[in-house]
Amino acid sequence: MYTFSNRLKITSIVLMIIGALGIVGGFVMAPGSIEEAKAIVSSHDESHGDVHVVEASQTPQENNHAEADTHGEEHDASHDQHLLDKLQNRPWAALYVAAFFFFMIALGVLAFYAIQRASQAGWSPLLFRVMEGITAYLVPGGIIIFVILLLSMLHMNHLFIWVDEDVVAHDALLLGKSGYLNPTFFLIRAAIFLAGWIGYREYSRKLSLRQDESEDNSNFKLNFRISAAFLVFYLISESIMSWDWIMSVEPHWFSTLFGWYIFASMFVSGITVIAMVTIYLKSKGLLPDVNNSHIHDLAKFMFGMSIFWTYLWFSQFMLIWYANIPEEVTYFVTRITDYNLPFFGMVAMNFLFPVLLLMNSDYKRINWFVVMTGIVILAGHYMDIFNAIMPSTVGDQWYIGIPEIGSVLFFTGLFIFWIFRALASAPLQPKRNPFIEESKNFHY
Amino acid sequence: MASKVIHAFYDDDDVLMLAVKRVKAAKLHIEEVYCPFPVHGLDKAMGLAPTRIAITSFLYGCVGLVVSVVMMNYIMIDDWPQDIGGKPSFSYIENMPAFVPIMFELTVFFAAHLMVITFYLRSRLWPFKEAENPDVRTTDDHFLMEIEIHDNEQELKDLLMDTGAVEINVTEKNSH
Repeated sequence: MYTFSNRLKITSIVLMIIGALGIVGGFVMAPGSIEEAKAIVSSHDESHGDVHVVEASQTPQENNHAEADTHGEEHDASHDQHLLDKLQNRPWAALYVAAFFFFMIALGVLAFYAIQRASQAGWSPLLFRVMEGITAYLVPGGIIIFVILLLSMLHMNHLFIWVDEDVVAHDALLLGKSGYLNPTFFLIRAAIFLAGWIGYREYSRKLSLRQDESEDNSNFKLNFRISAAFLVFYLISESIMSWDWIMSVEPHWFSTLFGWYIFASMFVSGITVIAMVTIYLKSKGLLPDVNNSHIHDLAKFMFGMSIFWTYLWFSQFMLIWYANIPEEVTYFVTRITDYNLPFFGMVAMNFLFPVLLLMNSDYKRINWFVVMTGIVILAGHYMDIFNAIMPSTVGDQWYIGIPEIGSVLFFTGLFIFWIFRALASAPLQPKRNPFIEESKNFHY
Repeated sequence: MASKVIHAFYDDDDVLMLAVKRVKAAKLHIEEVYCPFPVHGLDKAMGLAPTRIAITSFLYGCVGLVVSVVMMNYIMIDDWPQDIGGKPSFSYIENMPAFVPIMFELTVFFAAHLMVITFYLRSRLWPFKEAENPDVRTTDDHFLMEIEIHDNEQELKDLLMDTGAVEINVTEKNSH
């Protein structure tokens, strides 16, 4: 039985407090009026020197800049309003990216857990309690996401432009999509998905705990069946969720493999967190039967899924880059012009690091190596979500500053607090899982 | 130099594993073990050094990557930078996404094929090679342990008999 150590509890609470201050600070610093927004941008430009001005006037081949300038002259007022919206979006987007990132870790772990149950894996039952502990975060994380989405639908921010009736009324494309992208249906879908994921998690956990005390394997068999059924639901709901929660911040753009792409991101982050929590608990001597072959397997998954993520990232990017159809390519044009370093930096973090560091079979067994790679992978996938949300919500006004770091710290604290509290609520090793002996003797 | 070797036959891989451990414990050198199928853990029990073939494969993959990059940089960018469907051929990086499928495939191609060829060379395998198994039964259902004899024939025989060998032969070692 694990007891939530006081040091970890205090650390997580401190993280939450600092993070909450950062989040509040982000909202306070956001401009309230167009004048304030202009002041922020001009002071920003001055501090950077005259580089921006020179760039805009002396490089006529940069069509984006030239276009934006003529637009600005024609509709000065709407340009200013646009700038204000972007700056006001920043704390919201920072909060949303961090909230989604940590929720997606828990959801990725849930998918991994369901696959382990449905495939009757022999190596992983020792880690089931770790996975169940991490998926406990689905409840608070899901509620926070839902509240953010609800506030967005209530016009508290401009994260989703299709919520604004005025914009939709003058936009034929959005009007055409309004049968799907409308606030009521959007919230109903979100509620159904969250209910399905949380429902499976809670029921599976209950069966898992009941199996420890039971006389036969009926709970285990039922858990196997509902896990297989859940995977079908998950595949559909995850795909739709990615269109709703991520792709619809850019409602003029669409991509068919987007659902898989987001899935790969959440899956690899989830497995990384399983590995890190397992290594932490093992270092405290709480998982005596977990050996370095289990860590090796998790690291193999981290390695393989990182490549899978890259494959999907590249497939999406290359197909659109190659064909270069204007309505699709704007997505990457904004990212490459305004987010060059984060956009390509994340590919290095999510691909080059894991591929080079985890290729060696011996390195996959070294705890500090797995943790170090895991930190890079998690930071890389935070940047992945950052790159998905920010360009459409704050545009070129992005920066990784107080609102972003504050949000990450807050959710890190909440995540740690919640999952270790859940880990402390049940014995860390399942007692009578049919595969537990195989798992204890697992050796690769 | 002709030397005598002892061939101990086993009909079970678990018995073989125990025998190998006994012989190693007796500080005797095992020349070779012939098996009809891979016996998990036999290399560890015999104390064989781990294979380095994965390292060679990684290096071959790097070679393949370099070959593909140099080749396409020369053909598409340096030699004849034509405008093909508006693809930017001013520098390698600008047209890089279009080259990635080839870079990937050549990396895999080099890594796989050169590693297989390395394996054939190191294990001395080729089409008209003369088979080396000392007894045909070792390809079907028997395991054979070969130990060189240094004036200790009877002692060795006793030890091997004790480990559960089903048959023990002493033969001249055929030099291959």
